[in-house]
Amino acid sequence: MCLAVPGRIESIREDQGTRMGKVNFGGVVRDVCLAYVPEAVVGDYTIVHVGFALSRIDEASALETLRTFAEMGILEEGLAEIRGEAPDDEPVLCPLPPAEAPRR
Amino acid sequence: MKHLTEYRDSDTARRLAAGISAIVTRPWAIMEVCGGQMHSIIRNALDQLLPPEVELIHGPGCPVCVTPLEMIDRALAIAALPGTIFCSFGDMLRVPGSHGDLFGVKAAGGDVRVVYSPLDALELARRHPDREVVFFAIGFETTAPANAMAVRLAEGGGVKNFSVLVSHVLVPPAIRAVMESPGNRVQAFLAAGHVCSVMGTRQYPPLCARYRVPIVVTGFEPLDLLEGIRRSVVQLEGGKHELENAYPRVVTTEGNTTAKAVIAEVFEPCDRTWRGIGAIPESGWKLAERYAPFDAERRFAVEGIVTAESPLCRAGDVLRGAIKPHECSAFGRECTPRTPLGATMVSGEGACAAYYHAGRFAATSQGESR
Amino acid sequence: MSGEPPDMTRMACPSPLPHHERIVLGHGGGGVLTRELIEKVFLPAFANSVLAGLGDSGVLPAEWFSPARGAGERLAFSTDAFVVQPLVFPGGSIGSLAVNGTVNDLAMSGAKPLALSAAFILEEGLDVELLVRVVADMAEAARTAGVAIVTGDTKVVERGRGDGLSITTSGVGLVPADSRLGTRPPEAGDVILVSGTVGDHGMAVMSVREGLGFEAPIQSDSAALHGMVADLLAACPDVVLLRDPTRGGLAMTLGELVAGKGIGIEFDEGTVPVDPVVAAACEILGLDPLQVANEGKLVAVVPEAGAEGALAALRAHPLGGKAARIGRIVADHPGLVVARTPYGGTRIVPMPLGEQLPRIC
Repeated sequence: MCLAVPGRIESIREDQGTRMGKVNFGGVVRDVCLAYVPEAVVGDYTIVHVGFALSRIDEASALETLRTFAEMGILEEGLAEIRGEAPDDEPVLCPLPPAEAPRR
Repeated sequence: MKHLTEYRDSDTARRLAAGISAIVTRPWAIMEVCGGQMHSIIRNALDQLLPPEVELIHGPGCPVCVTPLEMIDRALAIAALPGTIFCSFGDMLRVPGSHGDLFGVKAAGGDVRVVYSPLDALELARRHPDREVVFFAIGFETTAPANAMAVRLAEGGGVKNFSVLVSHVLVPPAIRAVMESPGNRVQAFLAAGHVCSVMGTRQYPPLCARYRVPIVVTGFEPLDLLEGIRRSVVQLEGGKHELENAYPRVVTTEGNTTAKAVIAEVFEPCDRTWRGIGAIPESGWKLAERYAPFDAERRFAVEGIVTAESPLCRAGDVLRGAIKPHECSAFGRECTPRTPLGATMVSGEGACAAYYHAGRFAATSQGESR
Repeated sequence: MSGEPPDMTRMACPSPLPHHERIVLGHGGGGVLTRELIEKVFLPAFANSVLAGLGDSGVLPAEWFSPARGAGERLAFSTDAFVVQPLVFPGGSIGSLAVNGTVNDLAMSGAKPLALSAAFILEEGLDVELLVRVVADMAEAARTAGVAIVTGDTKVVERGRGDGLSITTSGVGLVPADSRLGTRPPEAGDVILVSGTVGDHGMAVMSVREGLGFEAPIQSDSAALHGMVADLLAACPDVVLLRDPTRGGLAMTLGELVAGKGIGIEFDEGTVPVDPVVAAACEILGLDPLQVANEGKLVAVVPEAGAEGALAALRAHPLGGKAARIGRIVADHPGLVVARTPYGGTRIVPMPLGEQLPRIC
């Protein structure tokens, strides 16, 4: 139910009253219905499911998520180093900080 | 591909998995609701990265698997009518009805076409005004905006030879059904990220409270899935049962308000029988009265549908997580991907098909698959 | 025939057949109309002395065979039928497929292709201009491959009973006396190489299929491989076997190698070359590049000792620039193909059941 792929909006037009656009998915371009992302502009990335854009991808949020992942890795490796272990050996005794409360 | 490849980094994946191992102290059973998430887990063998305490149970989040048998049979009957062009997503072509599947109808002369989008079906209707074009509108909430738009455009454009056979199913009632089924072992859920991109997350906190389960809205790429699992384990270990959004780049609390408005206009709630599971009240959407002229169920009065599920098939038990596929007596014997008895053995989306391939491996080597 | 054959692609009049823009039933009747089709469309394109004789069969002149003929050279013989929709796609057409497909089947046996036959089944109503285009593609592919189309046949079926156009090509080739290809079956320890990116052809065709259309700069990889095979065998005479992964893709080919046998395959998913745009197209439709057809690639099983040299030979050839070592034959999990994912886990790669269908799940 959920195969949706991120793509970049290259152009937007009105097609008989419906907002449509050309979306570029890593070099593959397809016509996509943009009716559900009225706020999206050329250059935005969206998630597209069966030919419809369902959501803008929030760049700031994406960067934040990736930063969290990267930090997690550093924390893990740092702790392992302190304890003189290879990264994937014994579980670290000191638990990771609890996940943050939902922001929205 | 931007916003895709970054979430596939294998080093980060290993570290996230190590993070899970670091905090887990006892066994936990987590259900991922979405077939797409299951597909990603199996395809990337992510479950093999998890510590043995974390068990992933594959839920009924595959519309292909849960589309009611009666609806499949209706689809087969309509597709076989002369003059119709029956359009469907590729996933549905091999799903077994009581007697045969859409592929079989095609072989017998029916005009059955695979489309990528409901708009392609609408376009076919415009191009073939002398034929009746029927679109099989299945899916969870994720697909509803697309299906709704196709119906709206048909009405607005006066495309009279277009109709939809609707069989939408909803996630929150599925979670309720799972939690209320006897013998349920699920302790946390990974909610379907793309369903939530449409519907938002407001429906889930009441479920967290009522059933005391953490629900983490999760994406589909390896890092997203591992993070969703990690956050679930953190909550479980900490005795919490809250909603968390681990897919904030796509999912907001309110979801897509434009899409929700169109859905509310085109569809209305109804009871639905989930194949293998049974009737779940208010768990589906059907076409609203206003759009009744586009309802294929009314346009094509196909009589005499007598459903006959294989008595051996235990797909429902699998979908609820009550048994694992290999615990079904027909698994690998009467029921294989080539000769599926139930929808869960069809192609890669179903849990049984996934287990079939992974399980054969486990039998011949020490590869552990759960 | 003397003189240059006319270039059919540049004819001012779109149809070389007087009075006919479309194929009619009479073109398959064996009479004057058939003769006209042969003389105006096929002969000029495939121009060679054997075909020009228009005998019931083509007899290959002795000088086409190598001097060592009779001293252990063996005949390879292959046939393939081609039905593809659409008939024309980025990077080729059913015509180039029909020639390269049979040439490659011969090449996988280590044979130098000598001659092809071409049988056409045309549907009444087929646009002659389209036929001319397909035939021109065949002629071009044959020229590039250094092979002659020496005999053929044409039939026409009633409108609605054909696929527009289908072609069956058969081919003969010569396997050198000293060829060691196929003298032993694959064994545990043998290395598996693939000659380049997978999934190109299938996705090129998908990109123009109705209902799935997308704009993508993906070209079919249809190409004749016997030149690359010759280079490979010269560098590594001990190649165990060669296969071209056409329908069903790499997954089918690897599966067939071990199905029902006492050996398995293990390969590293991350090392299989995939063009990034092909990968993106597969993402959109939910397809697995391992299951998508190729028409200009080969899989080689070689002994470990020869693997480096074999890989270098492939990479040195224009068609093998992205060749890669992807895995090996193993004694474990007999009959099964197992992929190691970039995450360290493993999964079984099943042989595809049938048609690859785009999914939403």
